[in-house]
Amino acid sequence: MTERMNIVIVGHVDHGKSTLIGRLLADTNSLPNGKLEQTKRKCELNSKPFEYAFLLDALVDEQAQGITIDTARVFFKTKKREYIIIDAPGHIEFLKNMVSGAARAEAAILLIDANEGIAENTKRHAFMLSLLGIRQVVVAINKMDLVNYSKSKFDQLTYEYSEFLESICISPLAYVPISAREGINLIEHSYLTNWYDGPTVIELIDNFEKEKEESENNFRMFVQGVYKFTANNDNRRIIAGTINSGTIEIGDEIIFLPSGKKSTVKTIEMFGKHSISKATAGQAIGLTLNTQIYVKPSELICKAEETLPYTSNRFKANVFWMGKKNLTTNKIYKLKIGTNKVEMRIEKLETVLDASSLQIINGRTEVHKHEVAQLIIETRNPISFDLINQIKDTSRFVIVDDYDIAGGGIITESLQQKTEGYVPNFSDFENELYNLIKKHFPHWELKPIRGI
Amino acid sequence: MDYLEKLEAQSIYILREAYREFKSLAMLWSIGKDSTVLLHLARKAFFGHVPFPLIHIDTSFKIPEMIEYRNQLALQLKLNLIVGQNTEALKNKKTFPHGTVDRLTCCKLLKSEALKNTLSGNWQRLKLNHDTASFIEDDNKEAYTGVIVGVRADEEGSRSKERYFSPRDKNSDWDISDQPPEFWNQFKTEFAPNTHVRIHPLLDWTELNIWEYIDRENIPVVSLYFNNGSGKRYRSLGCYPCTKPVDSDAKNVKEIIEELRTGKFANVAERSGREQDKDGGGTLEELRKEGYM
Repeated sequence: MTERMNIVIVGHVDHGKSTLIGRLLADTNSLPNGKLEQTKRKCELNSKPFEYAFLLDALVDEQAQGITIDTARVFFKTKKREYIIIDAPGHIEFLKNMVSGAARAEAAILLIDANEGIAENTKRHAFMLSLLGIRQVVVAINKMDLVNYSKSKFDQLTYEYSEFLESICISPLAYVPISAREGINLIEHSYLTNWYDGPTVIELIDNFEKEKEESENNFRMFVQGVYKFTANNDNRRIIAGTINSGTIEIGDEIIFLPSGKKSTVKTIEMFGKHSISKATAGQAIGLTLNTQIYVKPSELICKAEETLPYTSNRFKANVFWMGKKNLTTNKIYKLKIGTNKVEMRIEKLETVLDASSLQIINGRTEVHKHEVAQLIIETRNPISFDLINQIKDTSRFVIVDDYDIAGGGIITESLQQKTEGYVPNFSDFENELYNLIKKHFPHWELKPIRGI
Repeated sequence: MDYLEKLEAQSIYILREAYREFKSLAMLWSIGKDSTVLLHLARKAFFGHVPFPLIHIDTSFKIPEMIEYRNQLALQLKLNLIVGQNTEALKNKKTFPHGTVDRLTCCKLLKSEALKNTLSGNWQRLKLNHDTASFIEDDNKEAYTGVIVGVRADEEGSRSKERYFSPRDKNSDWDISDQPPEFWNQFKTEFAPNTHVRIHPLLDWTELNIWEYIDRENIPVVSLYFNNGSGKRYRSLGCYPCTKPVDSDAKNVKEIIEELRTGKFANVAERSGREQDKDGGGTLEELRKEGYM
């Protein structure tokens, strides 16, 4: 097996996602021996009709409720490559699971029930795919058996749906009429849809292209850690990270942002490999430097000669919210971008969008669960970032509310930095402590804060 | 980068995140192929070092070769090896091999309970003394809040639902219906007091990937995985009363890979030799909720 790809299947609840996956597994002989028979036998024992979806729903909870609670990973093979299929839950309350699953995918199958048509989550999920940056999408119109394999029904849904997808900047590679339950147009064409001469689902999946690695782009690597393990006389001070984009070579001049410190690459370290002269996007590496500078884990490494990212404490972003509590303008949150963590607040809430109807909701001061908003974010300290149309890893962030990742966002525009970032009100104790540290520990390089 | 390199890079990223975010971090080492690959990945992530202890839960029913291999590798790689055990249950013979409890209760007592209490520091921990090559009591009683585990999503249903960073509450409970979102390599690394997190760097690996990687990286594994002339080999290692070898001619890593890729095991579940999995009906999920690996 030379290649592997993650694909996600999304769609409204009961539109047949699990059935499609179960059927694909069975028809391509990807199930463990005996699993199909075992599941069928279990159904017989419990006097219920066998469904392919049962193959997936391995968990007690799911069997009891008959729905997919969490994203299951399913391994699946075609002649061309190996896949992990991510079965994303359709229920609205499990949107965060759907997002977790979909964000790992390189391509998606959007499933619509031919009989029911476009439903609330059909739109919401498509919109999420767009926000998550998934460009390769195939629309499968399922349950064609329930509409007598009608071409006009298929054409009508295709028309309706393409209009909507266009409005959120998704252009599907194909629309395919299927019946997951009956196995129509999954592996083989069927005479029941002889009016359709396009590819089958398997062909469409095999036609998805692997995402290109960002090796052609500007070099970016978030510092994940600075290691100095002294055991066995190891004297190396290694800056560890995974290359987000671009390439790096020994001798390159690099700049750490936002601090602005510079050095040159002495060695590229990978355990078990010697004298590596060059590393590229996706590789987990270590760097040693020619000059010993203090580097914080969280800084963004760039190449001095290339286009540098933006550095600011203000930017415009699109955010989708999954938090238990609403996202409000008067609360301090934590923002995580790459390995960098910084306090943030919402400076301005511009628009809130209902992700299922795409209606703009005016006059809001809060973003509710499952809504999408355009807003201006202010961070306590300046951060370095790119824009979403430039480099993915350095333009995507999450918002942490208390202990939880409650939202995800993409940066669309850098705004002018405020000379003084916002500062919460410090207590007398905090102010005194700050002054003490500043006086006695200057090498900690404390940032100045307003009012002190 | 090919897919094995990608899997490796992602696992290293997860290991480094865990190391950065958790003050009190440990890695479980069951001596099996997965956690041995995990050990190798940790050495890669930290450039030849393993900057956290490895914990082995010894049920006392492990196949002797496993323990021998464990001690030998730990000494050779200078690993900080901690061993935990449910000495109480063993003393009172509350085990399946002694005939007093069923298989699942035995797993619960010797594995889940032992693990829970070893992690929390409630029970005695033994530590490998590299000078004498023997075990001494560990003075460190601190609880481990981050625990790296080598489970794979393809092993069985409940594992396919795991997160890379999977929180357990203070009772070690796993709330499957309310798991934290994970996307763009952002994980839940902040948590309320008294919870701990299981970290799963191998979630996306398959059994085949593990063997391909063992082959590529030349990682030594216990000889029990190979047919050494008896026509049988272990596909998955556990306690000897509950783990059976499978019929196989595979004598080396390359032959195992062929067996899994196109041969007799291409479509046979890995854990088919494990008796406790056969009870089905969600019992394994119940065990996992309580901390079973």
